[in-house]
Amino acid sequence: MLKIEAVVRPERTSTVLEALTAAGVKGYSYWNITGKGQQEGVEVFTGRGGHLSHRVALPKTMIMTVIPEGMKDAVISSIVESARTGEEGAIGDGKIFVSQIDDATRVSTGETGESTVM
Amino acid sequence: MDTGSIAWMLTATLLVLFMTPGLAFFYGGLVRGRNVVSTLMYSFIAMGVASIVWVLWGYSLAFNDMGNGVVGGLEFIGLAGVSHTEGDGIPDLLFAAFQMTFAIITPALITGAFVERFKFTTYLIFLVLWVTLVYAPVCHWVWGGGWIGGLDGGALDFAGGTVVHINAGIAAVAAAYLVGKRRNPGIEPHNVPFVVLGAAILWIGWFGFNAGSQLAADGVAVQAFVNTNTAAAVAAVVWALLSYIHTGRISAVGVATGVVAGLVAVTPAAGWVGTMGSFAIGLGAGIICHYAVHFEILHKIGIDDSLEVFAVHGLGGIWGALATGIFAWGALTDSAGGLVNGNAGHFVANLIAVVATLAYSGIVSFIILFVLDKIPGLGLRIVEPDEDIGIDITAHGERGYVADGAD
Repeated sequence: MLKIEAVVRPERTSTVLEALTAAGVKGYSYWNITGKGQQEGVEVFTGRGGHLSHRVALPKTMIMTVIPEGMKDAVISSIVESARTGEEGAIGDGKIFVSQIDDATRVSTGETGESTVM
Repeated sequence: MDTGSIAWMLTATLLVLFMTPGLAFFYGGLVRGRNVVSTLMYSFIAMGVASIVWVLWGYSLAFNDMGNGVVGGLEFIGLAGVSHTEGDGIPDLLFAAFQMTFAIITPALITGAFVERFKFTTYLIFLVLWVTLVYAPVCHWVWGGGWIGGLDGGALDFAGGTVVHINAGIAAVAAAYLVGKRRNPGIEPHNVPFVVLGAAILWIGWFGFNAGSQLAADGVAVQAFVNTNTAAAVAAVVWALLSYIHTGRISAVGVATGVVAGLVAVTPAAGWVGTMGSFAIGLGAGIICHYAVHFEILHKIGIDDSLEVFAVHGLGGIWGALATGIFAWGALTDSAGGLVNGNAGHFVANLIAVVATLAYSGIVSFIILFVLDKIPGLGLRIVEPDEDIGIDITAHGERGYVADGAD
């Protein structure tokens, strides 16, 4: 099993979740995060609204799902296609991390292994 | 007794009383989420403490005129002898209630200077001392028969440019200086809707503040009403334009601050200038207060007046007081008018009032806070770990936002 952690633009979240479902992913979790990659932050009004200040980290969404190894390419490409902005993509579109998962257990039945995430 | 005026002044008193919770939300939105309860409470508790001080001895010190020009007497302690049936158009007791709402909001304005780090228990004592030793005397000087009201040229402060705004603005500087800088100031206001909501409540409440200061339901109150709105509107739009020129965007917090700046500046002038006079006052307030915030004037000299109380209330108040001397209209002041009418008397008297208020409030506020800081068990500032965790949970045992699901 593989754990997919995808950092995406918040405004792309629902599009990416739909693409994951279309690719056969049964379950996922996501949460709002704040962070920094290559993108260089944003100018925001500070204090009483008389001048701007630089905020380095930006809002992003972290989407996490665990999948069978055989679905890796389909899932990664579904995220890339749904999260990329414009023809060429842009800095700030996000990043996908893949890691190994040793095991999983379905709480209701006690079954273990890949069938729990299929 | 004029029942029309009584009805209006009861309403105006309510409007001004409601400004303090409005201010609580204005300031509350500007700070970080972990300090929102504390910031709300600095203002909200003033409705308790300052009300008590006012009815027990504050009103007496301000308005029991003994003829010494400096401070009132003790005859009205506990509002004894303040009539609910007799008075000049409205009962004296209604006047005392109306004035009470000013004594509540003025110290609350100061709190913007020291949010996120001022010790709440010390603040309660500060409230008692400041209303007693600073607010009541200055109020007496200007409105209670004191020496500023008796100046030769005729000092003009219709609704509290000196008594409320300059007074609070300079006390804010003393407080910010003595309490020291925030360890880790936030970048963005945590709740812009609170700020706009607070500004809306202040804007509406200010009609009670300014038009109510005529103490009667008459034509001058109507002029004050129109002036109040005109100055607020002009300053708001000026701030929006300056925001666009400097940043390419228009800050909602900036526009809300512009509204307050215009309201502050028109306060001393409210019933004494014509409509276009208030237009000019709003224009000046928008420009002066915007650039004071834009260039962070106090922060540059190491004073962390966190929510820019001096830039808005201090400088806005000074501009308003001087502008009253410029634009006062003879037909409304029942005198030779301001500089626009070729009379310098009001301008000079107001300049003296500004300097006197800055000096007295600045020095006495500094002394009060300096002493409170040295008293064992008090002190002005919370300890460092409490400041990092957030003053809401450490001083109040509450959080503004319980969003972690662990309920």
